[in-house]
Amino acid sequence: MALSTSSAITLNVNGEKRTLPVDHRTTLLDALREHLDLTGTKKGCDQGQCGACTVLLDGRRAVACLQLAVAAEGRAITTIEGVADGERLHPVQQAFLDLDGYQCGYCTPGQICSAIAVIEEHAAGWPSAATTDVRPEAGVPPLTADEIRERMSGNLCRCGAYVSIVQAVAQAAEAEQAPFSGPVDRVDTANTEVGA
Amino acid sequence: MKEFGYRRVSDVSGAVALLGAEPDARFLGGGTNLVDLMKAGVERPGLLIDVRELPLDRIEATDDGGLRIGATVTNSDLAADPEVRRRYPALAQAVLAGASGQLRNMATVGGNLLQRTRCGYFTDLTKPCNKRVPGSGCPAIKGEHRNHAILGASEHCAAVHPSDMGVALAAFDAVVSYETAHGPGELPLTEFYLPVGDTPHLETALPPGALITGITLPPAPVAALSRYRKVRERASYAFAIGSLAAALDVQDGVIREVRLAFGAVASRPWRAREAERVLAGGPASAEAFAAAADAELAAARVLPHNGFKVTLMRNLVVATLTELTEEAAR
Amino acid sequence: MTTATGTTAPTGAVGAAHTRVEGLAKVTGAARYAGDIPYTELAHGWLVLSTIARGRIGSVESAPVLAMPGVLAVLHHGNAPRVDGDYTGPLGPPDPILQVFQHDRVPFAGWPVALVVAETPEQAREAAEALVVHYDEEPHDVAFHAGNPRSYTPEGPQAETSKGDLDAELAASAVAVDAEYTTPEEHHNPMEPHAAMARWDSGRLEVVDTNQGSKFVADELAKLFSLDPASVRVRSEHVGGAFGAKGTRPHQVLAVMAATALHRPVRVVMTRRQMFSLIGYRSPTAQRVRLGADADGRLRALDHAADCRTSTVYEFIERSADYGRSMYDADAHHTVNRVVPLDVPTPTWMRAPGEAPGSFALESALDELAEKCGIDPIALRARNEPDAGPVSGLPFSSRNLLACFEEGARRFGWADRDPRPGLRREGRWLVGTGTASATFPVLVAPSTAAVTAEADGTFTVRITAADVGTGARTALTQIAADALEVAPERIRMKIADSDFGPAMIAGGSMGTRSWGWAVTAAACELREQLALGGAIPPQGITVRSDTTKDLATLTAKERYSFGAQFAEVAVDVTSGEVRVRRMLGVFAAGRIINPLTARSQLIGGMIWGLSMALHEEAVRDEASGGLVGADLAGYHIAANADVPLIEADWVDDPDADDPVGIKGIGEIGIVGAAAAIANAVWHATGVRHRDLPIRPDRVLLAGTTAGAEPAYGEVETPGVEGASGVEGAPGAEGASGGDRDA
Repeated sequence: MALSTSSAITLNVNGEKRTLPVDHRTTLLDALREHLDLTGTKKGCDQGQCGACTVLLDGRRAVACLQLAVAAEGRAITTIEGVADGERLHPVQQAFLDLDGYQCGYCTPGQICSAIAVIEEHAAGWPSAATTDVRPEAGVPPLTADEIRERMSGNLCRCGAYVSIVQAVAQAAEAEQAPFSGPVDRVDTANTEVGA
Repeated sequence: MKEFGYRRVSDVSGAVALLGAEPDARFLGGGTNLVDLMKAGVERPGLLIDVRELPLDRIEATDDGGLRIGATVTNSDLAADPEVRRRYPALAQAVLAGASGQLRNMATVGGNLLQRTRCGYFTDLTKPCNKRVPGSGCPAIKGEHRNHAILGASEHCAAVHPSDMGVALAAFDAVVSYETAHGPGELPLTEFYLPVGDTPHLETALPPGALITGITLPPAPVAALSRYRKVRERASYAFAIGSLAAALDVQDGVIREVRLAFGAVASRPWRAREAERVLAGGPASAEAFAAAADAELAAARVLPHNGFKVTLMRNLVVATLTELTEEAAR
Repeated sequence: MTTATGTTAPTGAVGAAHTRVEGLAKVTGAARYAGDIPYTELAHGWLVLSTIARGRIGSVESAPVLAMPGVLAVLHHGNAPRVDGDYTGPLGPPDPILQVFQHDRVPFAGWPVALVVAETPEQAREAAEALVVHYDEEPHDVAFHAGNPRSYTPEGPQAETSKGDLDAELAASAVAVDAEYTTPEEHHNPMEPHAAMARWDSGRLEVVDTNQGSKFVADELAKLFSLDPASVRVRSEHVGGAFGAKGTRPHQVLAVMAATALHRPVRVVMTRRQMFSLIGYRSPTAQRVRLGADADGRLRALDHAADCRTSTVYEFIERSADYGRSMYDADAHHTVNRVVPLDVPTPTWMRAPGEAPGSFALESALDELAEKCGIDPIALRARNEPDAGPVSGLPFSSRNLLACFEEGARRFGWADRDPRPGLRREGRWLVGTGTASATFPVLVAPSTAAVTAEADGTFTVRITAADVGTGARTALTQIAADALEVAPERIRMKIADSDFGPAMIAGGSMGTRSWGWAVTAAACELREQLALGGAIPPQGITVRSDTTKDLATLTAKERYSFGAQFAEVAVDVTSGEVRVRRMLGVFAAGRIINPLTARSQLIGGMIWGLSMALHEEAVRDEASGGLVGADLAGYHIAANADVPLIEADWVDDPDADDPVGIKGIGEIGIVGAAAAIANAVWHATGVRHRDLPIRPDRVLLAGTTAGAEPAYGEVETPGVEGASGVEGAPGAEGASGGDRDA
């Protein structure tokens, strides 16, 4: 069987259809950066070990470096360039800016995409490794600092901006939950209970 | 990475047929391990068959009270599933302890079972490795092996299986279903991985050309009180250096049923049947837990740098079963 | 507005919290880093590194690779243009790794042997992986340990200091500590890999890079390629972390070589794995500390002998023993840094070079001394506060160490601490607290700046500064605003372009101080000119500064920042896992320009200390000479879940000799942090951990001397089944630790 090693694909990126030829080896990360000039998504390790290339695939966070572009056809891709509402920053972006949730800024787009998904995952009732009781009867855990730390651990930050990242995610989560009815989980960023 | 073909399939029989037609084809699920290994040059397929859109993405209750988990269910969906969390909490915990939120969204149940070891020699083409190049030698035995196997290894390979999910599945008697060109088949998870022996490159008992279609969890009331404990060298986003899936049914201080499986100590998730045998019907005490752990770990063969795992696993068994006993009393 | 600024009072920008001026670009993904900028006809270079640790390249089989799709060139020692490494730059002679492809010798595993250039990154990668290189391999030696007979004391007055009679004072001491501490090979791992694009444009060489000093890199490239320095332009607009690793490195040299050969733009990006052998790293250290003291803790003897490792091609010294030269006095005081050359990559500066490992050893030893003397660790340090430089005899410009301890102890709740170890139990966790001092030199280097009053009323500042995540761009904006007496919003800060002229690199915690001095000088002079009145011409009015002469007038003093580090840890006795529960650092580090970003930077340094204490360790395989697990899954840096609420604050400590009062804050955050954590682990468990990182296996095998009852059955010490009888198990090193005063 003669196999073609490249394809013409159409990617749905930030609500736009973009058609491009890709070598099958091209990852979604390289397609975004090298073909579509969407360089906000960063390459930190290219091995799924740092989270700098985090994007949203069908609304869920994923690392673009291990996602082949050809296999992303048909899926809704959101990058850092697509999370703001026009000129209005996403609450997570605004919180990172205001609270200095970054230093060099290289991991930041991935952190922000990840944080957006973390807030949604939590709202959907997903437990985490920091959740003491995962049984559904136990209910959704509050989005404490420990929950945020665990859920954000797939995004490494070598500058060590974690403390303000946690505060930024907490602030954005509160801002996003405010319009909703129902009980709002009090986010306690001063919670220092780790490991006990 | 060499060039390769790509096909997306939508039905199981088509996927199996395609694999049979292309000798160096691989199934692509989430790609979180395969694509990484392709970048490292460890895997060099000529064709990727994308199975992510196969209709195997459901988690369904079985008639007898178990669960059937499709092979393309993502780790995230598995861990978030209310029935999994209710009936097999240690399984949800194990999945949540693995990788990161991003990787769990991509990774699939079938792929998780087939992931390769993270041994630093295996993933580095500049170094020998019997698993990657049979007969080339195992530098880990005399080199870096702090996180290598203490159980079931051989002088040819001491790599550990990296899965967290598999450890919980082993404890809960999971059965792997697969499809081949000649029809379907099943393998208990505890028989899914082959002994290391002198063939560390042969990892599973899946017949050639098989596609994993799902996992069946038989009913296990004991799993309702279960826990996955993972120890690693940082608090998150790291592979285990030792882990334990434990389930306990204790009444009036007597153990009615217990399940134990160890992670990161062997080339496969290690069902600790000897420990279970020692405990069954006996008292739920720290002394009994320690004796059971010792019985299981009597078979341990340590290398110069990984002996701590014996202590670690013993401590985990004692601590976790003690916690479960206390929980059962509440 | 087209006229002068008037004579308003300073705007007070310095000292006020200011979000980063490039912040919007960073949170929207608009900020372009070196690998992000597209160029027409851009070709991609992929490095091929040696798979042997020592020997010669026999042949490079480039013909089959050149036939592969898209491949444009294979550069190697047989065809590469000559480069000239016979020069001495501001930081010394060049690391020979910059003289890429000039000979057939391979001095370590991961040495560059070829560059494959292709039309696409995928093609370049595949071709690079397919390239066959034949070697003539020779035996190698990469094993580093204390007392290696090949160790030597380097030349120069800085290697060793000595005063008094060490043996006599040790003998006369009522209390003594004699212990060996080790730290492993550590790697910078900035999140952004090294990347450079080079092209020729109208007779000029243009390089878009990620570095700590574009003028330094430009000058070095000019020397290597024998070019007129004016014909080389290097820019580095955004830098995704550096930490000492982003000077001139092989990728820039190779991009220039390839762009020159192919007459088109070429970008070379390192892979994460390649970074582990190409960008430098922190040498492992083995340090012996001997302390002798009177019963009240007053030091009579201090001896710090630090061994480190370098390559066989370049002598780089990790100066761990320097730490005590300014910190603590003793009647007999001896410090020495020794080095052993092995078949490994050349180490380099990594955040707080010398001070980071040196403070771990000496500040741990002081904690041991406090324990033996039965006095509080802070009181011990107070008792040994020197009046002048212990080695130099020079006065301190300011020394606010005790003020840091006072404020830190108050906020941390130190007074309530029971000094006895192993007493605090919470479930399976043992809890303890620890403290340590910190210090880092305050240095400054000549820089130039240009400030332009624009006709539209704004001001443009140009300086070859680098913002590697430090917030320098923002801090300099604030400094310029105050010097010009205008609002920061009227300042346009242009940095990281070698065309702006010579300036200090972002290194040695000297960047913002050196640049701020130059910006202040130019801005003040401009303000004075504008105060004379008159219209601003369309091209603006530009004033340039050069601080070389000003800096020459600085008198010799002991100039340092100081700090007090506090940590609380919990140690799981069942698993050996250590979790830091909280940290506090209080620093006396000069005037703080921007509290928002300064706090981030100091906390970031403390997280480096946490990561160093518990996680970081590159493992070198003696058989192959290379690393095992050279990636971010194998080399652990602290993840979010490892990091608790960490607080950093400061006491008032403006530097009187600096026009803005700056000392520098880039590195002091890491200093002492690992020692504070290790001391806290002792306080929790009663066991000293003298080998970093404090891994679960080390904690498990060392056990505890905790008086409290084990949580479940017994807590194992080395032994029982498998672990027993394993002679020389490295895992057991943590337990023995080399405590020679037992």
